[in-house]
Amino acid sequence: MKTYSIYIAGVGGQGVVKTSMVLGKACVKKGVNIVMSEIHGMSQRGGSVPAEIKIGDALNPVIENGGTDLLISFEPAEALRAINKCSNQTIAIINKSPIIPFTVSLGISQYLNPEEYISELKSKLKKVVVLDAESIAKESGNILSLNMVMLGASAAVTDFPVGKEYLIEAMKESLPEKAIEANLKAFESGYELSHKEL
Amino acid sequence: MKEILTAKPGDKLYLLGNEAAVRGALENRISVASTYPGTPSSEIGDVFYEIAGEAGVYFEFSTNEKVALEVAASAAVSGLRSFVWMKHVGLNVAADSFMSLAYTGVRAGMIVLTADDPSMFSSQNEQDNRWYARLGNVPLIEPSNPQEMKDLMGYAFEVSEKFGLPVLMRTTTRVSHMRGVVDMGSVNVGSKIGHFVSDPTTLVPLPANAYKAHKRVVEKLQAVQEFANKSEWNRVIDKGGNLGIIASGPTYNYAMDIVKENNLKVKILKLTLTYPFPEGLVLDFLKSIDSVLIAEEVDPIMEKEVYSLLGKYGVNKKVYGKLDGTLPMVYEYSPDILKNALSKAIGVKLPGKALLSTDLTLPARPPVFCPGCPHRGMYDAVEKVVKELCIDAVFPSDIGCYTLGYMPPFHKADYLLSMGSSIGTGSGLSKFSGKRVISFIGDSTFFHAGIPALINAVHNNDTMTVMILDNRITAMTGGQPNPGMAMEGKKEISIEAIVRAIGVNFLTTVNPYNIKASHEAIKEALSTEGVSVVISRQPCVLIVPKKKVTFMVDPQKCTGCKICINEIACPAMFVREDGKVVVDEMLCNGCGVCVQLCPEKAIIVRR
Ligand SMILES: Cc1ncc(C[n+]2csc(CCOP(=O)(O)OP(=O)(O)O)c2C)c(N)n1
Ligand code: SF4
Repeated sequence: MKTYSIYIAGVGGQGVVKTSMVLGKACVKKGVNIVMSEIHGMSQRGGSVPAEIKIGDALNPVIENGGTDLLISFEPAEALRAINKCSNQTIAIINKSPIIPFTVSLGISQYLNPEEYISELKSKLKKVVVLDAESIAKESGNILSLNMVMLGASAAVTDFPVGKEYLIEAMKESLPEKAIEANLKAFESGYELSHKEL
Repeated sequence: MKEILTAKPGDKLYLLGNEAAVRGALENRISVASTYPGTPSSEIGDVFYEIAGEAGVYFEFSTNEKVALEVAASAAVSGLRSFVWMKHVGLNVAADSFMSLAYTGVRAGMIVLTADDPSMFSSQNEQDNRWYARLGNVPLIEPSNPQEMKDLMGYAFEVSEKFGLPVLMRTTTRVSHMRGVVDMGSVNVGSKIGHFVSDPTTLVPLPANAYKAHKRVVEKLQAVQEFANKSEWNRVIDKGGNLGIIASGPTYNYAMDIVKENNLKVKILKLTLTYPFPEGLVLDFLKSIDSVLIAEEVDPIMEKEVYSLLGKYGVNKKVYGKLDGTLPMVYEYSPDILKNALSKAIGVKLPGKALLSTDLTLPARPPVFCPGCPHRGMYDAVEKVVKELCIDAVFPSDIGCYTLGYMPPFHKADYLLSMGSSIGTGSGLSKFSGKRVISFIGDSTFFHAGIPALINAVHNNDTMTVMILDNRITAMTGGQPNPGMAMEGKKEISIEAIVRAIGVNFLTTVNPYNIKASHEAIKEALSTEGVSVVISRQPCVLIVPKKKVTFMVDPQKCTGCKICINEIACPAMFVREDGKVVVDEMLCNGCGVCVQLCPEKAIIVRR
């Protein structure tokens, strides 16, 4: 199987690792191989959290420059930060709400209009789907389901190597029982929206 | 996490390398496990903490790495298999005892795991702990992925028992924090009660005994080298051609993927049992090729072994690696770095993707104290008091979440060497720097390595203030318990009692959420001659996440002065477009520090 490379970008606390866990479980169910590299440590305290994933026969999870097939970003600036891992063949799913770091509030660094980051990516990548994942999550009944909105949206991408049914099964196993309903709703909404755009 | 214990043979789990190591231990008669937490090894302890009771394994978070190693060693000489792990710098702390382990030997398998951190994602240095295998005369094993981390536990125990030596297992961040699909075997845990047979001539390295032991150890290592030459874990993957690659750890994965993708004709020697260096195997490999690329992180250790082999046997081959500039001397490798090196070695540029970049400014996103972090208020209070009393202060700092006091707007870290160094360097700086010393140290770090230094400072009549930031947990590494915490079956150790017993001139405990009380405490400490200690006590918001109230800014009262943000940089506070401040309800943890800073009393309870 051709290796499919996914780069997930986000900020500490947004559920990047959890997303990759659900994806991993789904791959195990489908019987395809998956490897991932996550960086912990200082990232827990509001720093950038990248996760690199390869589905297929690769032994090494770290994505080469330009090697990302699918960029899933929970935050617009973090999406652009991953630009060196992307190429004009990359598809990106991006949550549009920014998380402003304290360096900006202190005036020692600058956060441009998030639209600028997104149009920069639109001009360089193959396709960019922008979602208001925060509102969708809220509408689904649980703001914490933002990551499942993003996963649902990703699952609608044509080459995405694991089907919805495996992802849903994996979600049911990995998420707390009382949160499942909202998360499934979030996942489906993400899927529908992105399916329409793609 | 429970699955790591309960999964059935034949099951497949998606595990971190660290989690897989735990399963490997459980499948291979582990009896005793001990550690002091440290990234990137911490999850091993987090899993054992969850499951050890149910699994019937003895597990403890020890006070520091040296103690953890001694606990594990005591099991190994009592005939029980033991496992101790730590981050790379932890082995420096454990080194004194580690260095005697090979001399005294072990009676049951013992694994010492060191998790190195090339590129320093969460460490103060990039030391390559493969040197420790050489220094300590112990065999070295290097896994490349989670499956190997599991499978090599059993192998390492066997090697350890076969030769009566502990085994050093070296992982790196990319292996410990790699997730992959791992096949389960069956769980088989060892007994918790061993049997110690006294044999002082072996186990007490008095000079006369150590003299004999060193010779014994060298002989053992010669035997391990023969074994390593034939180990099934050291193997050649032959895709033809005249170029060879010698790889260990994560670089093996990079090399294999690049070779496959580009259909290269090369021979790859994957080394797993890498010390004693399998000379016979490597020499045969070198003879089968014209040139060789050595792919290892961080120091050129195998590369120098290869040069020495070539010299010793008068064989001439071209060696590509760090020493000829093909590969960098610092930082972890990446697929791109290795691809460039391979391009050079084969003389053909391997195809790559066109590089994308951007000219847009991106915001800096360094780590920051959590909203409600108890450390924040104390740093602010120290800043204010130092200004008010016009004190020319120096701030030795230490390792933990509170090291983030280095960041703006606090700038409260001037010197840091290692865990516990804030008090030792503070003791020195109080005499040599011409400044007033204010040291910062966390509770876990105080227990780990701060106590001897505090004794030193008191004994030498130094004048310094030590701020012990007691957030009731070891937070930076993910929230592990430490001796200061009340836990079932364990005795809580009082920091106050220790500090008092050492005989400091001033001691007080204060809640850092109370800015006024903190000011008073710091003022008093700073006006005391001799050693003064302020214990700042308030639990980390990771352990008490339940917020009773959250705060909001009354836009009518807020003048947009930004005093709150500029003083404490709470990530729950933002500046609106009209210049006024808002508090994010989701993020606010209700500590109330900002409320006390606002000159307009604009920050109020959210109803
Ligand atoms: C010798 C050594 N062991 C372990 C670590 C990993 N480490 C970094 S910070 C830290 C915990 C500090 O806990 P504490 O002092 O209580 O501070 P907190 O993070 O809770 O603020 C540890 C164990 C290290 N850097 N050096
Ligand atoms: S984890 Fe705890 S100690 Fe660390 S920054 Fe957050 S609140 Fe502070």
